[in-house]
Amino acid sequence: MERLLHELFTDTKDFYQTTRTMSAKQSTKTAPTNGNLKGKDFASDQDVRWCPGCGDYTILKQVQTLMPKLGVPRENIVFVAGIGCSSRFPYYMNTYGLHGIHGRATAIATGLKASRPDLSVWVTTGDGDCLSIGGNHFIHLLRRNLDINILMFNNEIYGLTKGQYSPTSHVGHVTKTSPMGSLDSPFNPLTLALGANGSFVARAIDRDPKHLQEILERSAGHKGTSFLEIYQNCVVFNDGAFQPWTDKERKSNNSIYIYDEKPLVFGKEDEYGIRLDGHKPEIVDLRSNEWSVNDLWVHDEKDRNKAFILSRFFEDNWVEGAFPRPFGVLLAEERATYEDLLHRQIAAAKERLGEPGLEDLLSGEETWEVR
Amino acid sequence: MSVKEKQEKFKKEVTIRFSGDSGDGIQLTGSQFTSTIAISGFDLSTFPDFPSEIRAPAGTVSGVSGFQIHFGSKAIHTPGDSCDVLVVMNAAALKANLKSLKTGGIIIANSDGFHKRDLSLAQYPVDATPLQDAKDSGYTVIEIDVTRLTRESLKDTGLPNKDIDRSKNMFVLGVLYWLYSRPLEPTVSFIQKKFKKKPLIAEANVRALNDGYTFGIATELFSERYNVEAAPIEPGTYRNITGNDATSLGIAAVAKNSGVPVFLGSYPITPASEILQYLSGLKHYGVTTYQAEDEIAAIASAIGASYGGSLGVTTSSGPGIALKSEAITLAVMLELPLVIVNVQRAGPSTGLPTKTEQSDLLQALYGRAGETPLVVVSPASPAECFSITYEACRIAVEHMIPVMVLTDGYIANGSEPWKLPKKSELKPFRFRFAKADEQSDSQTPFLPYKRDDNLVRPWAIPGTKGLEHRIGGLEKQHETGHISYDPDNHQLMTELRKEKRDNIAKVIPGQEMDEGSDSGKLLVVGWGSTYGAIKSAVTDVREEGCDVSYLHIRHLSPFPANLGDMLRRFERILVPELNQGQLVKLLRDTYLVPAEGYNRIRGVPFTVAELREKITETYNRS
Repeated sequence: MERLLHELFTDTKDFYQTTRTMSAKQSTKTAPTNGNLKGKDFASDQDVRWCPGCGDYTILKQVQTLMPKLGVPRENIVFVAGIGCSSRFPYYMNTYGLHGIHGRATAIATGLKASRPDLSVWVTTGDGDCLSIGGNHFIHLLRRNLDINILMFNNEIYGLTKGQYSPTSHVGHVTKTSPMGSLDSPFNPLTLALGANGSFVARAIDRDPKHLQEILERSAGHKGTSFLEIYQNCVVFNDGAFQPWTDKERKSNNSIYIYDEKPLVFGKEDEYGIRLDGHKPEIVDLRSNEWSVNDLWVHDEKDRNKAFILSRFFEDNWVEGAFPRPFGVLLAEERATYEDLLHRQIAAAKERLGEPGLEDLLSGEETWEVR
Repeated sequence: MSVKEKQEKFKKEVTIRFSGDSGDGIQLTGSQFTSTIAISGFDLSTFPDFPSEIRAPAGTVSGVSGFQIHFGSKAIHTPGDSCDVLVVMNAAALKANLKSLKTGGIIIANSDGFHKRDLSLAQYPVDATPLQDAKDSGYTVIEIDVTRLTRESLKDTGLPNKDIDRSKNMFVLGVLYWLYSRPLEPTVSFIQKKFKKKPLIAEANVRALNDGYTFGIATELFSERYNVEAAPIEPGTYRNITGNDATSLGIAAVAKNSGVPVFLGSYPITPASEILQYLSGLKHYGVTTYQAEDEIAAIASAIGASYGGSLGVTTSSGPGIALKSEAITLAVMLELPLVIVNVQRAGPSTGLPTKTEQSDLLQALYGRAGETPLVVVSPASPAECFSITYEACRIAVEHMIPVMVLTDGYIANGSEPWKLPKKSELKPFRFRFAKADEQSDSQTPFLPYKRDDNLVRPWAIPGTKGLEHRIGGLEKQHETGHISYDPDNHQLMTELRKEKRDNIAKVIPGQEMDEGSDSGKLLVVGWGSTYGAIKSAVTDVREEGCDVSYLHIRHLSPFPANLGDMLRRFERILVPELNQGQLVKLLRDTYLVPAEGYNRIRGVPFTVAELREKITETYNRS
């Protein structure tokens, strides 16, 4: 990797510098074009057809609100989707949109972004689309790190096909295809994304639109693949799946909102904290005299190992004393994007080998004349 | 006996088969011999035949690798049914290939490959004497102890025997160059280039080559030497090319010449991988290549690139095409340009991955969900892979439609001389990206499925202000492209997609007769890689006085507009195919003609002899 980077850039610093200036240039150049657009200008003329009360409405609203802030002209934004409730999303956005086939949005988006690095590419997907049928493309996109934003709406159920268990459904979940309870151990999407070497891994929830907006903005700003899991309530087939983190009484003890360089605290009055005993996390009560905020684990978005530990806070929050579920940005790491490397490699090849004409291309190494 | 005394014989054509262990460098020997022959101005055709195992156990029959070349002074269409000269580096090679040697043919054997252990590895009986048996059966057997002679030749290089033995193939090649009166220079310069960084190895190989040639002069093993006359070929600049390389260059030429950027999304699969490999090294010609995680991602990425304004291309073989089929249906619905190359292999399932077959024609036309019309074309020979692939790309872009190119393992790996096309011979691509003011003003929304006279929709790519729109795999309303469940609209759109494809028959070249008159008793119809064998067989039977005609179809969907009329002028139609009868079904179905099949499905090309027999039999049948 370092050797390749070295070939393509004077040094890695040059690379990061270049990519940063490139993004900055892009935003200053394009900002005026879309400066006067509002969130509603990003709503298409199509009727939105999700069930009343679906969590998708909030997500749509927050994404539309985010769009003008990107500083990217509307025509340079593309939403790509696969199949599922989440995947109807592109039809409702007044941008370019491509509604593909089940599980393949990430693969389609890869071809688009690799060939058109100038576009802002978004993938809207669900737990089934992204992690089951599309699992392979998902992990490969993460390792390649194209600058694509993945929004994965996780409702722990197949909604569009009317209620079968999904790869994030919990063990014992009774659904149409698991009337006696699901036997499948669910995926932990954030651990999976980290394991696939994702460079940006975050979580938000539909019922907290303000926080969702904040994390959407962070996702958009990340250069590289951003993976945002959004807990999304399916009112019809899996209502209340995320109650431990939405229920007024319980959510503050069950959720932890994490911020870079801030200690890990949670509870109604931030009365609890997380400390690390070696690599072992531990919940501590800050009201006791034993521990203070200074003893706590301070979140570092660049620490992949600790992000792993955080992502493992995945216990059943119906059970008392479980670790709280983290919301926010677990990892944000700067890493070369595939499309930058690709286009650098093409440029380097042209520089090294020149741009020979068609005749050179066709004649190969050995030709002969027949007269 | 000096060289002068050795009789020099002139021959019109010769077929040589090199064979040995897959570690013996047979493919290299064969391709070097081919280059030298090609440069000398012969027409030729080659057929590499290698095991699918990378390194099967040394010395066994399953590890035998072969390379056949047929060259001569007349037009050569096939690598030859059987060979005149068989070069065998060991007993296993003899066992595997003796059946392909003509009666009374010449065997050049490395006698060091026929010891007890070699015979046992080749599973000959303990006391077998296969070379003696061959002599007794009338073959001319020339035994050369290649191992000893090469070691002798290179003993003062200081190289260990392990390395010296690797030059055995060059010694043999030197002998063959002498035998066929060919110059050594092309191979010498090849060796010097290949081993530029290892001068000692280069020197050893050159010396082995030279000493092989000298051995030919000096030895008394050969009583005659051959000289084949060069073929009368159309003037021009030529190179030797395999089908996969020609396909690659067709794609690269599009990137260089058409104004459309090309994006290749592919996944390695035998026998198509060479295309991805070759194009990966041509980035400076404007081809972007991407090795995806699987077949589906490969085509999906190509579709994504096409949506963004590139020509998406994906290359694979039958099993991979099966995996891509859902994505192909999406491309049909999206009406985006896309080129899918299927280098067919013998199936089903993993089948015989390194062997050839034509059994994906119906898959290409029909093997998908729903009504998904696309364009299917097929080149007839290795060199033709270039022009047909280029043409496929042009149709895809100009008609906003997926096009499948059907080649196969036989022409993918086989080679022939290719007359280099001039830039002016490559048709320009007529296309443009839609602009906002063309179709809509700010009041009327953009209509992504509004069609032109050819029923082609506009290519509106992201980044174009004012044309923001959404498309997808759901059925779309005519013109607006909005989701529509209206029954009449579905009927209309299904018909439009088919009509758009069928319209292409108006712009492709009309079908031409390849041999014979326009009407008569028997017409032979072929498609794809069987061209060479059918052509040779038809030429032969015509020389024998049978008035047989032959036409070869390159456009399989849609068929050329005049095809039906041509077929109907014959009493009988014979369709030889390397499958169980696929084109024959299509012809009968489309034109209600009495076509009958001749079907072989053995993983190997037709022999000219079997076709000749079948054609004669069909012609003479009352």
